[in-house]
Amino acid sequence: MIFAPGFFTNTPVQTALIIAGSAAIISAATGVFTIIRGQSFAGHALADISSAGGAAAFLSGISPILGFLGVAVLAAGALDIITPRRAAERDLATGVVLGAGLGITALLLYLGVTLHSTSGAAITVMFGSMFAIPASLIPLNLAIGVAALVIIGLIYRPLLLASLNPDLAAIRGVPVRLIGLLHLLVLSLAVTLSAMTIGAILSTALLIGPAAAALRIARRPAAAIALAVAFGLISCWGGILLAYDSYNWTPGHTWPVSFFITAIIFVLYLLSGIRRAG
Amino acid sequence: MLQSHNLLAVDNVSVSLGGRLVLRNVSFNLAPGEFCGLIGANGSGKTTLLRSILGLTSPSAGRITLNAGNSAGGIGYVPQKLELDAQMPLRARDLVELGLTGNRFGFSLPSKSRKAAVDEMLAAVDATEFADQRVGRLSGGQQQRILIAHALIRRPPVLLLDEPLANLDLRAVAEILVLLRRLAREQNITVLISAHDMNPLMGAMDRIVYLAHGRAASGTPAEIVRTEVLSALYGYHIDVIRVHGRVLVIAACAPDEMPAVLDEHPAHVTAIP
Repeated sequence: MIFAPGFFTNTPVQTALIIAGSAAIISAATGVFTIIRGQSFAGHALADISSAGGAAAFLSGISPILGFLGVAVLAAGALDIITPRRAAERDLATGVVLGAGLGITALLLYLGVTLHSTSGAAITVMFGSMFAIPASLIPLNLAIGVAALVIIGLIYRPLLLASLNPDLAAIRGVPVRLIGLLHLLVLSLAVTLSAMTIGAILSTALLIGPAAAALRIARRPAAAIALAVAFGLISCWGGILLAYDSYNWTPGHTWPVSFFITAIIFVLYLLSGIRRAG
Repeated sequence: MLQSHNLLAVDNVSVSLGGRLVLRNVSFNLAPGEFCGLIGANGSGKTTLLRSILGLTSPSAGRITLNAGNSAGGIGYVPQKLELDAQMPLRARDLVELGLTGNRFGFSLPSKSRKAAVDEMLAAVDATEFADQRVGRLSGGQQQRILIAHALIRRPPVLLLDEPLANLDLRAVAEILVLLRRLAREQNITVLISAHDMNPLMGAMDRIVYLAHGRAASGTPAEIVRTEVLSALYGYHIDVIRVHGRVLVIAACAPDEMPAVLDEHPAHVTAIP
C-alpha cells in the first residue's frame, strides 16, 4: 500500500507536507540562480552556518525558525562583503567563516545539552525532525516563502543578465550589487526554510540537488526553475510518504525523513544524467 | 566645432586605475555610421577606454559626450566573451531577448511584437539557424553574432566591441567583419572595435584610434599608420613596414631608456605566417 492509513489525516504529516513544500519550492528556484552564479559553495556555507542560529534558539528557548533566519541573514551580509573579491580568495574566506560558524554551533549545542539535559537538539538542528514541527509555525513559514517568491519574481530578469555578465547588466542600468545582495537574501530565506525541514547540514542538498538535476535537462531559464521546483516537491513529499510508511516496515520506528528526501534527490540527479546522455 | 557631426566625442580624457595613469589626454570624435578600429597592444588601455565610454569607469579628467539626439538606445556593448557553462539553460534567442528586457523588474507575458523584434534581430546577424540552441554550445563566432544581436536590439547609435576577433578562426573573423560593416552601413550605426592586430581590419576601417602607453592618435589609417606618427606616439623609433598587404609595426631597436616590458611592444610584430 502506497499511502499507509492515516497519512492525509495525521496533523504532523499535514504540517510536514506544508513546511517541506514551501522549502522545496523556494530552495529549488533559488538554487537555479545560485548554481548559475557559481555560488554553490556560498549556499552550502550559508546553510551550515545557519545551524549556529538553530543551536542558539535551542539554548535560549526561542523558535528555531527565528534562529536559523537571523544567522542566515547575517551570514548573507558577510558573504556580500566578500563578493567583489577574486573567486579563489572568496572561497577561502567563505571556508574559514564556515569553520568558525560550525565551531560556534558545537559550543552552543554543548551548552544547550548541558543546561537542558536533553540530547535530541543536535539531531534536530543538523538533520531535522520534520514530524516534530508544531503546526503553529506554518504562518511564519509561509510568510517567509511568499517573501522569497516575490523577490525572485521581481528580480528574475536583471538577476539573470547580471549573472551572465555584470557589465552587460550595469550598462543597462541594473544595480548589479543590489541585485547580488537580494539574491543572497533570498538564499538565506531558502536556507531557513530548508533547515527547518531537513536540518541545517542537509539543506544544501535541497538547494543544489533539484536545481542541478533540472539544469542538466532544461534549455530555458523558466523551464529550469519549473523543473527544479517539481524535483524538489517530488523529493520532499516522496520522502515524507516513505518515512510515514516506514513505520510499518520496522514496527514502532519511523526512519528519518531527511534520509529519504536526500536519497530521492540523489536518484533524481542520477536519472537526469541518463536523460541528458540519451 | 561641428557638434552635430560628432556622434561620440572623447575630449581630453585621462583615467587612473589604482594610482596608475592608464589613459593620458585621449581625444577623438566619431561620426554617425563610421567604422572605427581601436588598435593597441595588450595593456595599452583599450579596455579602459571602452569601459570609460560605457560609463563603467570614471575618467579622472576630460569628458565623453554622446550626441545621440532623441535616440533612446544608448551605447551597445559586446564583451570579449561570455563565461558560460555548456549546460546554462539559455537559448540564443533568450540572450537576444534579454537585450530588450534584461533591465526590467517583474514578469511580463510573452508578447508577439517582442518575439518579432527578436526574430528580426536574429535574422539580421544570420543567427536564425541556431536561435534555439543553448548559447553555451555555440562556437565563438556564433556567440559573437548573438552578443551583437543582444547589443543592437535596442537600436543604439553606437556599438562598442571588445576584441571580438581575438578568439575566432580566420573564416569567422571575415564573417563577423562583413556583418559589422553591413550593419554599420544599413542601420547607420557607429562601430568602435578594439583589436591588438590591425591587419584583419585594414580594409574595413574608416578611422583608426591608435593607443600606445595610454596616449592616442586618431585619423584615417593612411594618416596614422606611418613611421613618423607612430614613432611620435610611442616616444621611440617605430618602423611601419608593408609586406604583401600586411602591416607590420616594429620597434626597430629598443633604446636603453625604453621600459623593458616586451608586452608593451606592438603585439602585431609577431610572426608572419
